[in-house]
Amino acid sequence: MAKVILQLGNDISTDDIYPGRFMATVLPSETPQFAFSDRAEFNARLKAGEFPAGSILVGGENFGCGSSREQACSALKGYEVTVVAKSIARIFLQNSINLGLKVVLCPELEASEGDELEITADQVVNKTTGKAFAQVKMPAARQGIMDAGGLIPYTRKLLQARPKG
Amino acid sequence: MGMTVVEKILARAAGLPSTAAGAVVEPKVDLAMSHENAALVINQFQEIFVGTGLAPEVWDPSRIAIIFDHRVPAESPKTATNQKKIREFTAANGITKFHDIRGDVGGICHQILPEYGYVRPGYVVVGTDSHTTTHGALGAFGFGVGATEMASIWSLGFAVNIEVPATIKIVVNGEFPPFVGAKDLILNLIGTLTAQGANYKVLEFHGETIRRMSTSGRIAICNMSVEAGATSGIVPGDEETVRYLRDESGVTEALPCVAPDADAHYVRTVEVDVSTLEPQIACPHMVDNVKPVSAVAGTKVQQIVIGSCTNGRLDDLAVAADILRGKKVAAGTRMLVFPASGRIFSQALEKGYIQDFMKAGAVVMNSGCGPCLGVHEGALGDNETALSTTNRNFKGRMGNPKSEVYLCSPAVAAASAITGVITDPRTV
Repeated sequence: MAKVILQLGNDISTDDIYPGRFMATVLPSETPQFAFSDRAEFNARLKAGEFPAGSILVGGENFGCGSSREQACSALKGYEVTVVAKSIARIFLQNSINLGLKVVLCPELEASEGDELEITADQVVNKTTGKAFAQVKMPAARQGIMDAGGLIPYTRKLLQARPKG
Repeated sequence: MGMTVVEKILARAAGLPSTAAGAVVEPKVDLAMSHENAALVINQFQEIFVGTGLAPEVWDPSRIAIIFDHRVPAESPKTATNQKKIREFTAANGITKFHDIRGDVGGICHQILPEYGYVRPGYVVVGTDSHTTTHGALGAFGFGVGATEMASIWSLGFAVNIEVPATIKIVVNGEFPPFVGAKDLILNLIGTLTAQGANYKVLEFHGETIRRMSTSGRIAICNMSVEAGATSGIVPGDEETVRYLRDESGVTEALPCVAPDADAHYVRTVEVDVSTLEPQIACPHMVDNVKPVSAVAGTKVQQIVIGSCTNGRLDDLAVAADILRGKKVAAGTRMLVFPASGRIFSQALEKGYIQDFMKAGAVVMNSGCGPCLGVHEGALGDNETALSTTNRNFKGRMGNPKSEVYLCSPAVAAASAITGVITDPRTV
């Protein structure tokens, strides 16, 4: 079970998650400091280590729309938060799977800041309100990458499986 | 059953006789493009090879393109060091489709790729930039990926586990009224579809208006297809595609174009008649918050931007120069112009457009992404408003979350520069 630390609306862009002016910072060890930096108070709480791993960011429709910048995912991955959204923009979803950022698709989700959620294999249960919501399965094409722990280990395995020559 | 253009392209690239939306394929990549974020791609690429005993070698250096555009010239030591690292990597790996910070062959990645004939009809083009959808303008399947995905492609030569997207057919008919064009069409369409209306889907463009449209206009509509969430926009290659690649890019090789089958399956068809379209404006802070110019005319603007991968080409500059010639940018308003490439900058100089802009009081900047994504120059002050021909207006996009950005065509931007307020170009 984990707490909702931030509830966001629809169409949260990667400019919101990771503003363009920090894009010259690329290392996953350095990007987390700029997560949601235009939401100064939330950014400060993230950096202060206030939220345990697994804490939940709730998004609406089209979470992560806009730029392909992977920093938006690596910055959130740095805090090991889980993103639960009604729908997720294509590149952000792909980047999340590639980097191992935990994301859950839950189209009917109702949850507010402070609610406690339990994420099961196929549901998101809001323990605070007592309501349960169905998850949508991740695109099947991505399961192999998730199972391998991300795209780097997945690609590494493909390269190693190639015949030598 | 018949195939859409993208289904055909993916089937060919995956070595399959056919494929259909929802299938999973591993298409060979014809062109892999990055800009300054190649610095992150290089890190991830090297990471893949750790512990494998294999040398980190790219699969085919001739199919990798790297173009510096997001922060040119560098705005910080950090960016300059990233650029230096990428420059060294391209030299060490024999990557010749590398466009450094130069006035002759430099420019914005999505302009350079068509301009130098790197994109061809039927290609699979991937780019570490969400606006890689642009290359559908030449009948290619272009889509954006993250840096780690690009690192995987650099090492393997194909994209892993790609779900074939479904396609929405867009049929555009009618003659554009004066001062209305491709940018107004795509803004209007994004308003209709909404910012997520085409998520995980392709927009395939048809109709007499598209057939008559120049490659420059097609670039604008495919570029912004991603703002409706589309994986890609695509105009099936035709005579205009071949003309552009022959005459403007100097391509001499055969250029087979890919057309959809007559019985291809589309999840939706949207018809648009542009003959009564007004100039369109995307209002803060979402690209799908689209209104006709009459609804927001009179809104005061402190900064006008003309340029970007969406609207920084010669015909865009011509429209703006024609409106501004002999006029002055209003007091209290500043105007920045960014030609999309060095070649376009030179052509605009020869045509006298640059002189028109400068005499009017505009500042003409070097080619690049400029203030579009708020990383480099042209940042907005608190509570300031910009009117821009770029492609995004998310909160904070131009570097300041306490500012607002409206999006429009070059004609609206130029007319508004004269008055200092959002202005219908048909009234000046």
